[in-house]
This record gives sequence, C-alpha cells and structure tokens, in this order.
Amino acid sequence: MDTTFALSARGVHMEYRDRKSDTNLVAIDTMDLDVAPGEFVSLLGPSGCGKSTFLKIVNGLLQGTAGEIRLRSGRSGREDAMVFQDASLFPWYSVLDNVAYGLICAGVPRQEARRRSIPLINLVGLEGFAERYPYQLSGGMQQRANLARALAVDSEILLMDEPFASLDAQTREVMQAELLRIWNAAKKTVIFVTHQIDEAIFLSDRVVVMSARPGRILADIHIDLPRPRGLDVKRQQAFTGYADQIWHLLTSHGVSVEPTPDVA
Amino acid sequence: MSDGAAARDARLRGSLSQGVGYRTILPRVRRKRSPLGRWYRRNERAILGISGLASFFAFWQFGSMAGWIDPLFFSSPTDIVAAAIAEVQVPRFWDDVRYSLTEVTVGFLASFVLAVPLGLAIGWYRRVSFTFDPWLNFFNAIPRPALIPLVVLWVGLGIEMKIIIVFLGGFFSIILPTVEGVRTVEPQVLDVARSFRASSRRIFTSVVIPATVPFIATGVRLALGRLLIGVVVAELYAQTQGIGVLIGKSADSLQSDRMMFGILLFTLMGVITTEIAVRVERRLQRWRPNVNVEEGN
Repeated sequence: MDTTFALSARGVHMEYRDRKSDTNLVAIDTMDLDVAPGEFVSLLGPSGCGKSTFLKIVNGLLQGTAGEIRLRSGRSGREDAMVFQDASLFPWYSVLDNVAYGLICAGVPRQEARRRSIPLINLVGLEGFAERYPYQLSGGMQQRANLARALAVDSEILLMDEPFASLDAQTREVMQAELLRIWNAAKKTVIFVTHQIDEAIFLSDRVVVMSARPGRILADIHIDLPRPRGLDVKRQQAFTGYADQIWHLLTSHGVSVEPTPDVA
Repeated sequence: MSDGAAARDARLRGSLSQGVGYRTILPRVRRKRSPLGRWYRRNERAILGISGLASFFAFWQFGSMAGWIDPLFFSSPTDIVAAAIAEVQVPRFWDDVRYSLTEVTVGFLASFVLAVPLGLAIGWYRRVSFTFDPWLNFFNAIPRPALIPLVVLWVGLGIEMKIIIVFLGGFFSIILPTVEGVRTVEPQVLDVARSFRASSRRIFTSVVIPATVPFIATGVRLALGRLLIGVVVAELYAQTQGIGVLIGKSADSLQSDRMMFGILLFTLMGVITTEIAVRVERRLQRWRPNVNVEEGN
C-alpha cells in the first residue's frame, strides 16, 4: 500500500435516520479519496452532497456509518485543523486569543501560545489587529483570523469548509489569491469544500466533483494550470475549459448549478 | 445659488412640456440661528429634562403653600428635605439603613452564588435539566409575596425571613436567563472548540460561560429590581426594622414627608445598584458591539 498519502479514505459511508419518513437518508455513498502531502484538493458539489459532512468525519466532529480514514500526522503531531464558515471566531476573544486557541487546547501554556500565534497573524495579513475583537473586523479579515487559528496548530492537513461562502465577490477573489500565497508559504495539504466552480478550479491541484444526495464522486479532475496562479488565470482558455467541463458534468447529473460569477 | 435657479427653471420647463414631469431636489437651506438658539439645540435634552422636573417641584411646593395641595397627604418638597435632615440625625435611622442594606447584600449574593452554577448545570446537562425543570417551573409560578406568611411561620419575623424573600426574588430572576443562555450557545462555536479537541472543562470555560455572561447580566439586572420589591414587601409585612418600617410607620402616623423620604431612599438604592450592575456588565462585555444597556426595569 502506498504510504505517501496525507489522507486516505476508503469506503466512507454516512447515513442519517430520518424520523419523519422513518427511512435512512444516505448523505455519503461509499466514498474513496486519496490526497497526497502538500496537495490542494477541492470537494465541489451542490448543497446537500455531503461534502461538509465528509470534512466533519475527517475532523472527528461526526462519525461515519462505515468506512475508514487514515491521516498523516504533522510536525506538531496534529493531523488536521478546520477552517469553518463565517462567524466561527469566538466573539469574546481577541484575534490573538482566537489564534492561540488551538495551541492552548493542545496544552501549550497561554503566554507561549500567544507568542507563537503572532507570526501567523502576520502571515495572514492581520498585523496590528491582534488585540481587536472579531466584531471589529470585516468579513474578509475574520476569515483571515479563522485561517490563522487553523494554521497555528501546525497540522498536516487543513480542512476548509466553504470559508469564503459568505464574503462578497470582490473580497472572495482577494481571499482566494491570499489563500494560495499562504498555502505556498505554509506548505500544507488542503481539502477545500466549495460549491463554486471557479473557486475550486482556481485554487486546486485536483477538483473532486460530487453529486447531490446521495453524495458520491462523479469525477476527479486534475487541474493542469501553472503555479503560482494570479487572478488572471481565470480568464485563460484552459480555465474556462475546466469550468465548462465541470458545469456540464454537474448539470448532466440533474444538479442545478449557480452560474459561475463572471470574472470581470 | 445660480444652480438652484437653473434647477427651478428646469422644473418649470418640465411642468410646461406636455406629458413629461420633472421633480427637482434642491439642497437643504441652513437657517441661521442666534447664539442662544444654538446653545439650546446643543443642550435640548438636559434643558427639557431639568425644566420639567423643576416645574413639577415648583408646582408641588407652591401648590401646598397656596393650599391647592393637601400637605397632610402629599407633603411638600421643603418638608421632605426637612424630614430628611431630621431623620439622618437619629441613630435608629442608620440602623434601619444598615438592616435593609444587609438584607439586599446577603440575599443577592446568596441568589447569585447558587443560581449561576445551578443554571449552568441545568442548561448544559440534559439529565440535570430533566430533573430540575419541573421544580423551576413550579416555584417560578408562585407569586413570591404569597410565601411570606409561610416563611414567617418557619423562621419568624427577623432578618432571616427577609433575606429568604429577597433570595427567592433574586434566585429565579438569575437562574432562568442563565439556563436560557447556555441552551442558546451557537452550535457552530461549540463545533470549533471540539474540532480543536478542547476538553469538556475548556469547552465550559472558553465557550459556555462567556456566551452565557450577557444572559446572566440580564438576570442580575432583573434580580436587582425584584429583590428590592422583596425587601419592601417583607419589611412592610413584618415591621420590625429597616427602611420599609420607616415608610410603614410614617404612613400610619400620617407623616407623609418622612414616608416620601423612605420611598426616595429605596429609589436611590435601586438607582445605585442598577448603575453598578450596568458598569460591571459593560466591563465584562467589551467584546460585544454596542452594548446598549437599558437602565432599570
């Protein structure tokens, strides 16, 4: 067996009991996924395709019904850290204490955790905002802090659950470019959940396209676009080719897709 | 100015031409105010508030002097001040004040110290909640003053009875919001803590308690109002000692000035305790945007 993976999922299956209809709903239908160390993989699919559920199973917030997942531990011993959607910073902690949270949970003394958090606050571009409370930050800045908090525990894998979904289109593009810069600097494996086709292509080495309930993998597409990528990549023909391919794939499976926002 | 004239011309032409209407929006013309007018505009709130109060007291004073208002029932501002000056020189008065303050302090601290931990436990642990919910609902439904005769039967007319009544008023005002606060902690924020493998203890101290602080603060402000009611009712029922006795006894002997002074003292207590609570609350909630705390209840 190949041992150079960051994540290896075999036959991951998830069913819920629906009390109303008294039937089992299949959220994820026996899913296999391998992610290499340092790879950036997007899980792309409509809402209800089980992509967030898969991340939560990887993180341990949920337990699957069947299947096995193996994760490589990072330098710190942590395998994974999660970046959530909006409004997931602790509103009662300053940016600094939010970023230090994961380290403190791992048993690092408070002062030490704070000291180690500062470089990450700088890395995500929040210098000078360490003492602010989340309500004093814009949505984009909150997600930067959210990213720094996950980076701070120095895990092998970053699990990102639609982190830019609630940002406005312009901020989202800025954050996509920023994420690539930070990914390049931090050298992490990333599993990125999104329902936006252009976001997935722009960021990823591979886009794993999923169908709606029951969630299963429709295609695993390698994105062969040169790195480092600037936002102008989105206007290249290869990029739009991938977007068309994925769009046709999803619509042919009866998924109604939000049109990809025009790259203006 | 010529712009305005041009716009007015345009409006005129618009209304004359058939079928097409125009609406012209002109800039606001600033009226020039006299210095006095400007001073009034800046201090309007204070001026209207103070003059309202002043005319009320003036009307009261002159009314009782002129005989339109019966001083026997309504007293007068100067009489109340005189009664206050006489009263503060009596040692028994200070005993009464100390007595009432002791009831409030002990009763409040006891209710806070018991209600907060129990409320957190009921909100967080399902089994504790299933066990205590019926009791909470049952006791909360009892109008507290109805318990006074029973408490008197158990512990007598002394300060213990009053402290128990104050405690009951405070306890339920604090525990119910606390339970509510724990139950409404954002699930997503709990997920964040769990995703970082936070221990249950840390989840409690880093998420549950901070998220519940605003609710506890609301409960405390509610409690302060309720427990003052408790003090007054308990002291009026068992007139042994305290400011309530001052009010009750003066009413019996038709000394409306002393009675009004007693009422003012309770009001002052309410204002001061609420002010302290509001300050503590602001300090604890610097992380919240615009904590607009309403004053009093």
